Amino acid sequence: MSDAWLVVLVVGAATVAIKAIGPVLLGGRKLPTPMMSVVRLLAPAVLAALVVVQVAGGDRAIVVDERLVGLAAALVALLFRAPLLVVVVAAATATALTRLALG
Amino acid sequence: VVAFGISFGVLARSAGIGPAAAIVFSGTTFAGSAQFAAAGILEAGGAVAAAITAAILLNARYGAIGISVAPVLGGSVWQRIVLAQLVVDESWAIAHLGQGRFDRGRLIGSGVGLYVAWVGSTAVGVLGAELFGDPEALGLDAAFPALFLALLWPQLRGYRAIVAAVLGAAIALALLPVAPPGVPIIAAAAACLVGLGDQR
Repeated sequence: MSDAWLVVLVVGAATVAIKAIGPVLLGGRKLPTPMMSVVRLLAPAVLAALVVVQVAGGDRAIVVDERLVGLAAALVALLFRAPLLVVVVAAATATALTRLALG
Repeated sequence: VVAFGISFGVLARSAGIGPAAAIVFSGTTFAGSAQFAAAGILEAGGAVAAAITAAILLNARYGAIGISVAPVLGGSVWQRIVLAQLVVDESWAIAHLGQGRFDRGRLIGSGVGLYVAWVGSTAVGVLGAELFGDPEALGLDAAFPALFLALLWPQLRGYRAIVAAVLGAAIALALLPVAPPGVPIIAAAAACLVGLGDQR
């Protein structure tokens, strides 16, 4: 089995279980507040890390390249409340143009 | 959601995830951020375990979200398991009536619509990916970080979410030169512990 399929199947099964656990087991009871806060903050922490790693990640190194221009373009698009596709296209276009200009 | 699904399909392809695997991924996981994270780590040459761990950490929030909607998802155990799968960030937001109360009809209706759109658009993206040429010349390597930034954006509500995000980013940056691919992302999850101080 390829790596991609392994990831797909394990993450898929785990997500089905995670989503089902509340409605199936707890039936309305709530987690203690501190635990809920921690779980809620997982997404922003992990997503921020993903931004950093995807924009500056190299082969065990911090690499500053044209991707940073793309991220800046994405930030501008977000500030203008652009839809997701526009944000992504803006980043890709800015990076491609910078790469072309620096040749 | 459709645009999002198409982008996932295209990016999955550049991460070496085949069309069938990408469509099954959308059909079972049905959670964009985790799917993008796993594809991103695989694309960077990260270990399978790192991709799986990061995706599961991102989806852990559905444990909490599932608990919040549990009162309106009644029925047999099997019904509850199936209905729980329709809960994603968007359907949860649409069904929210305020003060922690939820509408069952809206949750199920929007969930089914989102599911069909998500799986269908993934198929379009992954099968149409061939139409795109050299990913780097098109700047597609900048598409991943831009996507994560766009996903992070609506999550940055409240002081603690911002602290968690800044801390997570700092941990990842510090570990980037020394740790294997994927590990900085998992370590950054520790930043969520700032939630422990929240006593509301």
